[in-house]
Amino acid sequence: MEERRINVVVNGEPRSVDVEPRILLAHFLREVLGLTGTHIGCDTTNCGVCTVLVDGLPMKSCTMFAVMADGHEVMTVEGLGLSSELHPIQEGFREEHGLQCGFCTPGMMMASKALLDENPNPTEEDIRWALAGNLCRCTGYQNIVKSVLWAAEKLRSEAAMSR
Amino acid sequence: MYPSRFHYEAPRSLDEAFDVLQVYGDEAKVLAGGQSLIPLIKLRFAAPAVVLDINNIPGLGYHEEDSDGSLHIGALCRHRDLERSLLLRSKHPTMYATAPLISDPMVRSRGTLVGSLCHADPQGDWASVMLALGGEVVARSARGERVIPVSQFVVGPFQNSLQPGEIAVRARVPAPRGTRSGTYFKLERRVGDFATVGLAVALEMSGGTINRAGLALTGVGPNNIQCTEAEQALAGKTLNASTIDQAARLAAEAAQPKTDVRGSAEYKRHVVYTFVTRALGGQQARAA
Repeated sequence: MEERRINVVVNGEPRSVDVEPRILLAHFLREVLGLTGTHIGCDTTNCGVCTVLVDGLPMKSCTMFAVMADGHEVMTVEGLGLSSELHPIQEGFREEHGLQCGFCTPGMMMASKALLDENPNPTEEDIRWALAGNLCRCTGYQNIVKSVLWAAEKLRSEAAMSR
Repeated sequence: MYPSRFHYEAPRSLDEAFDVLQVYGDEAKVLAGGQSLIPLIKLRFAAPAVVLDINNIPGLGYHEEDSDGSLHIGALCRHRDLERSLLLRSKHPTMYATAPLISDPMVRSRGTLVGSLCHADPQGDWASVMLALGGEVVARSARGERVIPVSQFVVGPFQNSLQPGEIAVRARVPAPRGTRSGTYFKLERRVGDFATVGLAVALEMSGGTINRAGLALTGVGPNNIQCTEAEQALAGKTLNASTIDQAARLAAEAAQPKTDVRGSAEYKRHVVYTFVTRALGGQQARAA
């Protein structure tokens, strides 16, 4: 069986692992590293549930082979915050009731992170464009948009305070 | 689902990549952004014996203008790069309108224009845009380079005219005759779905006169459709109610829509007519 050594930084931690080339990044994160916060939804590159950041950009981890992450940095929802110390995006989803079943939430939050890193002051329309590839079957999206607006405001006020 | 096993090669230069193709021939499949190929592989619609990942080859992520005004888009230039391109925003309105309409933000982070042309999905947006712009694909092999007009590059559904040993290294859009204007319209049921109807319009004008008109359709035929008769009807003319109506009628006649879950054939043909009148009307208003 062909394997290949990959060096990848996951949530700030360097990892050096042998993987089969056919293993998808989503499978690598969940099954090899045990980071099950990244969910797999549709398996057809439609739903965005498996979204992670690769070198800061949002990507579907089900549509990338793990070997393609060699030499790159990956951030999953586990890297966003801790349950004891939530990231403002996670707080926003809690405060604004941005989830019901929660299955799509990790992908929603990682896509939101990519948006807010690039655009700290998004309009509702900016948020809807940025989350257009993330499907949610529970909420109707309204509260998700509110959650991201909440997080954006919190992040801006934090940035203003640290200045 | 796990893809079936394959041998993986990730060369660091095009020369190394050509060596891989020399060894494995047709068994090797080139992987760029992977946003079409990987779904096919993981659903096991495709099972290449060798995957040739070109993402580690430096110097393919560019898009830039030549001294003669032609635009070159490297094989690893992502949709996202085009969506945020100041060059496209100022000088390539049709492409700038298209980039944000490609699938969703995650796919755009990764997928490439050149890969999309190679995949030759009959519902693909970029092939219509390139047809309207008179674009070309540059194929390179160990033997040298070959320039292929997109009209001859996409030869059928999911079929391109690359020869064994060749890699599509860039797309090229020739310099306009006069000032470039245009847009891309896409009717889709939801983000990520294929176009119910897509329309690419690319005009090259001097004063009010059209030197060259490019019109192409997505989603209303077995492949992307270039509206040759509508283009010819506009060439040498100015935009007015009568020339716009004529072009829209000819484009609607060129469409070969089928009734499906996205709408009836009659409806789609009507959308083509409406899109052309709106797109050209918008250009007319801008020029005035």
